[in-house]
Amino acid sequence: MKPYLREHVPTTLSDIPNTTAYEAGYLVTKNAGWRNVRPVIDVEACVGCLQCYLYCPDGVIYKDGGKVAVDYDFCKGCGICKTICKAGAIEMEAET
Amino acid sequence: MSVSVKTLQEDEFFYGHKACAGCGGSLAVRIALKVLGERSIAVLPAGCMSAVGFNFPQLCFGNNAIISTFAGTASMLTGIEAGLRAQGITDFHAVGFAGDGGTADIGIQALSGAIDRNDDILYICYDNEAYMNTGIQKSSLTPFGAKTTTTPAGSNIRGNLRPKKNMFEIVAAHGIPYAATASIGYLNDFMGKVEKASTIKGTKYIHILAPCPTGWGIATDETVEIAKEVVDCGLWYLAEFENGEFTLNHKPKEFTDIRTYLKKQGRFKHLTEGDIETITRSRDQKWDALSKNFKIR
Repeated sequence: MKPYLREHVPTTLSDIPNTTAYEAGYLVTKNAGWRNVRPVIDVEACVGCLQCYLYCPDGVIYKDGGKVAVDYDFCKGCGICKTICKAGAIEMEAET
Repeated sequence: MSVSVKTLQEDEFFYGHKACAGCGGSLAVRIALKVLGERSIAVLPAGCMSAVGFNFPQLCFGNNAIISTFAGTASMLTGIEAGLRAQGITDFHAVGFAGDGGTADIGIQALSGAIDRNDDILYICYDNEAYMNTGIQKSSLTPFGAKTTTTPAGSNIRGNLRPKKNMFEIVAAHGIPYAATASIGYLNDFMGKVEKASTIKGTKYIHILAPCPTGWGIATDETVEIAKEVVDCGLWYLAEFENGEFTLNHKPKEFTDIRTYLKKQGRFKHLTEGDIETITRSRDQKWDALSKNFKIR
């Protein structure tokens, strides 16, 4: 499990809990809009070493059939995955 | 006892947070929680990680997490551990994540008290070398020469005048069961230390250097490289303190160039050759002391 986007966004007073506790992993906004460039993974070149998955500050790179894939909803485009990739399988492409 | 990228659990416990792109501190929190697992209760004082993790209704922690007072990270950990123990719950980790200011300045008294009581808690200090959340003010872990908004670089005074406080050895001097230093540039080393700490009873302290692209004046994709380089050039070291003994985990065969490391960063751009010599001299003194007092693995 990991924190995930929910459909319900609390907006009214009655939505807000009157204790200081709230549900863990409750996400209502994406981070995709922060990005100027996006990492694109060349699946052919990827050797599955998982270093990008390990070093991603946002944890948006996940294992996918022996290789990796990116959750673009939450990737901020920092580019650490590209610099860490020894196989040269990640390119940063401009967002349009 | 060998957590690696292959065996690390796939669950994410710190996800969708609002930290700056390329944030070192969030990487430290994410990896520590992946090692510790869902049965962790995280305590976060005022600082970047609480500011980016708890934006109601958005809660980016997948495990139990709570914000403490700035000074009270360790005291809240003490309370959580005692409260759960009183309820007969034993399979959990009480873990705190405080920044350098929240640890070495504002939270040092509470931390010292917790170590003195030997409470069964894990305290992780993510050190980005200034109060980054409030806009880059000097803390006592800001290194010599660094430019911050409270230690500006002018023609007479060039950045911070004081050396970085030796928080790791201050903690060790309490006779703590386990303390360690780490860097987000060497995550395998860090994961091993978190795993080891999770098996030890009593107070544990891990000090992880976590560069901040915003405050250090580096590109967002350089965070991990610069965290490697600070270890390779000898300005930071990976060590452990256990059973009253210091161990150095990693000794660079030859130091990389300090000037290259410093000049990559906006906060050190103003340094003169003389300043760089001062920093090099203090590094060499530190390593003389390390080779005398630390077992080298």
